[in-house]
Amino acid sequence: STLEPSLYTVKAVFILDNDGNRLLSKYYDKELYPSMKEQKNFEKNVFNKTHKADTDEIAFVEGMTIVYKCSIDLFFYVVGSSQENELMLMAVLNCLFESLGQILRKNVERRCLLDNLDGVFLVVDEIIDGGVILESDPQQVIQKVNYRVRHLQSQAVSTVWMNTDSDMSTILEDTDDYRKL
Amino acid sequence: MSLFVEQICQLLGSGSNPFQHLEKSAVLQEARIFNETPINPRRCLHILTKIIYLLNQGEHFGTMEATEAFFAMTRLFQSNDQTLRRMCYLTIKEMANISEDVIIVTSSLTKDMTGKEDVYRGPAIRALCRITDTTMLQAIERYMKQAIVDKVPSVSSSALVSSLHMVKMSYDVVKRWVNEAQEAASSDNIMVQYHALGLLYHLRKNDRLAVSKMLNKFTKSGLKSPFAYCMLIRIASKLLEETEAGHDSPLFDFIESCLRNKHEMVVYEAASAIVHMPNCTARELAPAVSVLQLFCSSPKAALRYAAVRTLNKVAMKHPSAVTACNLDLENLITDSNRSIATLAITTLLKTGSESSVDRLMKQISSFVSEISDEFKVVVVQAISALCQKYPRKHSVMMNFLSNMLRDDGGFEYKRAIVDCIISIIEENPESKETGLAHLCEFIEDCEHTVLATKILHLLGKEGPRTPSPSKYIRFIFNRVVLESEAVRAAAVSALAKFGAQNDDLLPSVLVLMQRCMMDSDDEVRDRATFYMNVLQQKQKALNAAYIFNGLSVSVPGLEKSLHQYTLEPTEKPFDMKSVPLANTPITEQKTEFAPVATSKLPEKPGPTRQDIYQEQLAAIPEFQGLGSLFKTSEAVQLTEAETEYVVRCVKHTFARHMVFQFDCTNTLNDQLLQKVMVQMEPSEAYEVLHYVPAANLPYSQPGSCYSLVRLPEDDPTAVSCTFSCTLKYLVKDCDPNTGEPDDDGYDDEYVLEDLEVTVADHIQKVLKPNFAAAWDEVGDDFEKEETFALASVRTLDEAVGNIISFLGMQPCERSDKVPENKNSHILFLAGVFRGGHDVLVRSRLALADGVTMQVTVRSSDETVVDIILASVG
Repeated sequence: STLEPSLYTVKAVFILDNDGNRLLSKYYDKELYPSMKEQKNFEKNVFNKTHKADTDEIAFVEGMTIVYKCSIDLFFYVVGSSQENELMLMAVLNCLFESLGQILRKNVERRCLLDNLDGVFLVVDEIIDGGVILESDPQQVIQKVNYRVRHLQSQAVSTVWMNTDSDMSTILEDTDDYRKL
Repeated sequence: MSLFVEQICQLLGSGSNPFQHLEKSAVLQEARIFNETPINPRRCLHILTKIIYLLNQGEHFGTMEATEAFFAMTRLFQSNDQTLRRMCYLTIKEMANISEDVIIVTSSLTKDMTGKEDVYRGPAIRALCRITDTTMLQAIERYMKQAIVDKVPSVSSSALVSSLHMVKMSYDVVKRWVNEAQEAASSDNIMVQYHALGLLYHLRKNDRLAVSKMLNKFTKSGLKSPFAYCMLIRIASKLLEETEAGHDSPLFDFIESCLRNKHEMVVYEAASAIVHMPNCTARELAPAVSVLQLFCSSPKAALRYAAVRTLNKVAMKHPSAVTACNLDLENLITDSNRSIATLAITTLLKTGSESSVDRLMKQISSFVSEISDEFKVVVVQAISALCQKYPRKHSVMMNFLSNMLRDDGGFEYKRAIVDCIISIIEENPESKETGLAHLCEFIEDCEHTVLATKILHLLGKEGPRTPSPSKYIRFIFNRVVLESEAVRAAAVSALAKFGAQNDDLLPSVLVLMQRCMMDSDDEVRDRATFYMNVLQQKQKALNAAYIFNGLSVSVPGLEKSLHQYTLEPTEKPFDMKSVPLANTPITEQKTEFAPVATSKLPEKPGPTRQDIYQEQLAAIPEFQGLGSLFKTSEAVQLTEAETEYVVRCVKHTFARHMVFQFDCTNTLNDQLLQKVMVQMEPSEAYEVLHYVPAANLPYSQPGSCYSLVRLPEDDPTAVSCTFSCTLKYLVKDCDPNTGEPDDDGYDDEYVLEDLEVTVADHIQKVLKPNFAAAWDEVGDDFEKEETFALASVRTLDEAVGNIISFLGMQPCERSDKVPENKNSHILFLAGVFRGGHDVLVRSRLALADGVTMQVTVRSSDETVVDIILASVG
């Protein structure tokens, strides 16, 4: 059977940390995993099958094609049907990854992502709308979101500390944020 | 300092996720600052982020609290902070379904959508459409039309995509925007092109002519967007498939030309489309295969994966077309991505020669432990296909499978292996004992009840017929001691079969049965008691009827009949023959490789096709009192394809009647047919009792009419008959656009092809797992035998196929498979004749110039025997 021509390409997108916890996740096909429990099970399953092979970039889980990318302590996933054009899914993943790389000034790691979670939500919203690929060019996404990154000074401090004592650097970074809140 | 340490401890305790221990109530409390003046954008932004984060984590918001937060949020529209406004849009979308009265933001969003700030307009449209219903949509229709053709791409794209989302709900409104979408499709922006094309197709997809025109236009205009190209390719291949156009069509040329597109995405889409087309010749496939071959050595894993997955698909139908890629595929076996390696190897298994099998199997075993269960299943399926192709390799495969069976793995994986071993056993009698031994070993430590019971069933069926049946008893009885109720019950049934077939084992089986009668579970005890009593009689007929070949009735049917029986108190005992028979399951469905979506649904036996028909027919008053539906035939086409009216017939056989169901489709959009019926003229003494017409048959909506026919009672041997059929109806011309019919109509008719009723319509297939036992059970009271010469038949295979389809009976003991290079063969067929008489056929075939066939028929009724022999002659 050939694929029904449709703009609904992306079934789901999610970002997990390196323990497999959900940081952000959107399911566009309501029939795929209707309940939160099923969604989280699926994410767990996907994570277990991919986090060790973090350079593989593509996998097949529960009858779905998954393209993914890993950066430091983050995992990015884009899900499509088993008959979907893998390169289209890849275009979405690359756009997401590069856009986040730019708004987070290359600090694509969990802490920085969480500090700028609003920007991350907005980026995802500009790339996919209800499962339709809205934009695939990271430059366009950045322009539309027009987001200014926060908390980067702590990163700068932590880089300095990293050279001397890495434990202390995390502590400092955290307190810095804590005071701001 | 101590305070500092305390803070650090708190922070470390909560990890470094600032959102981890958020309390919903605390966050909602914080949301009160939305009402403070002046608005603090930064703090509000943070709170909105927390709310969206909580929703995203699956936190439940009550309607009250959600509505309260939503209303507070609306105040934030007063701020001009860009990010804050964008987060408001997101909140609106996220809360659209949980908060009440979300439409209060309509005017704010409409203002943003038509305002000067371009960054707001697109997102505002998308948020607005999320909360809009059909009536409100008409109010903003003017803005939507303007937005679709807006020169700012993000505005146009947002409007197009939102329109697409709304098609499902408000088709009639959105379809009025076709002209705007058409204009947007010629935009320079690639995403706008893509979105416009998607919307246009969605609005026109039921109008083949419009789709065809649209394709014609866009394939010539040269779109820039690779996404739009992929979409065009899909539309084109769907149209090709629907119209069954030949591959000389310009659409095919278009798809082929996309193989030379500069975007890999488009090239791959085109190759994949060609590969998936039905009836592609090897020559037409070649260019697609060669681009896929190139992709096999791409540095991008996704592209390699896509290529090898598609080649795998080609290999299923045209293995020879892929052999050119064997070298590339062999390189992929060592790919670091195990999914790619697995697909490569399974493709090679399909294309490789018999001599490469051993080498490939060795390579698979080197990495099988590293791949996911999904792919392990794929590997097993490939091996299973290979076993059918090269039966001589069964010992290598069996060995391999038994090793896989010992490894860790989930249920789907184990089931695939067990199924594969079982099919090898059935195809290759010489592998039976090794296979059974592996399965025995497996159930010694098997956590899956379903598999254990399946294997026990197989042991019961095959074990007693092996040279040394006694060795299986130990494995089976171990289950009785160690396992759960379901497995123990299955083990008891298996034991009984050994006792029934092997006289020397009977005393020991009886002893074991005795022990099972003390079981703690009542099902196990019941079975043991039942079998104990049957076995003690030592009668072959009883064994055959109650141990080897169980009930052949449909279970839902039995349930219904019993329920009916209890409703009407009667002295008469319940008649088993009144229960509809189970349709024998089609022995195996060829598992197609997708990679297959592993079914998430539990395997529950749903109602069969016949059960559904039974329900439908029972609802028609004219068909009351016909008794239970005995058999439903496959549909027979009574018209050519592509005619004005399409009619197919399904024949329903009852004990003394037949109902013919005519499924009709009217393919003329300017006609409404009424009072549609099929008039039937029988060639024999069949009597048409009733016609049940279809009242209305509008354009393209299938409808059914029926004829009820009485079978000739005085001549039970008149089982075949030819009906000449004519479709009769009242035509009303109507407006093709609105479907509005004229008041007046005229009668007309349309001649259909003849309909045949044959002996097969009177026989229901029944599988007898143990044919010999059934043969003895029916006995030779009414046995008859005759010899025929089939002069026109050239091979045994052909003869077997002909007999099965002619009699419509169930082949047993896998006798429908003729071993290679044999000059003689015996075919065993079983069925039940209309009225409930068992009928068995043994057909000895010998190949000389033509095929000589000796047919022996047994039944519990003499007439049935005569009918079968008469119809064969």
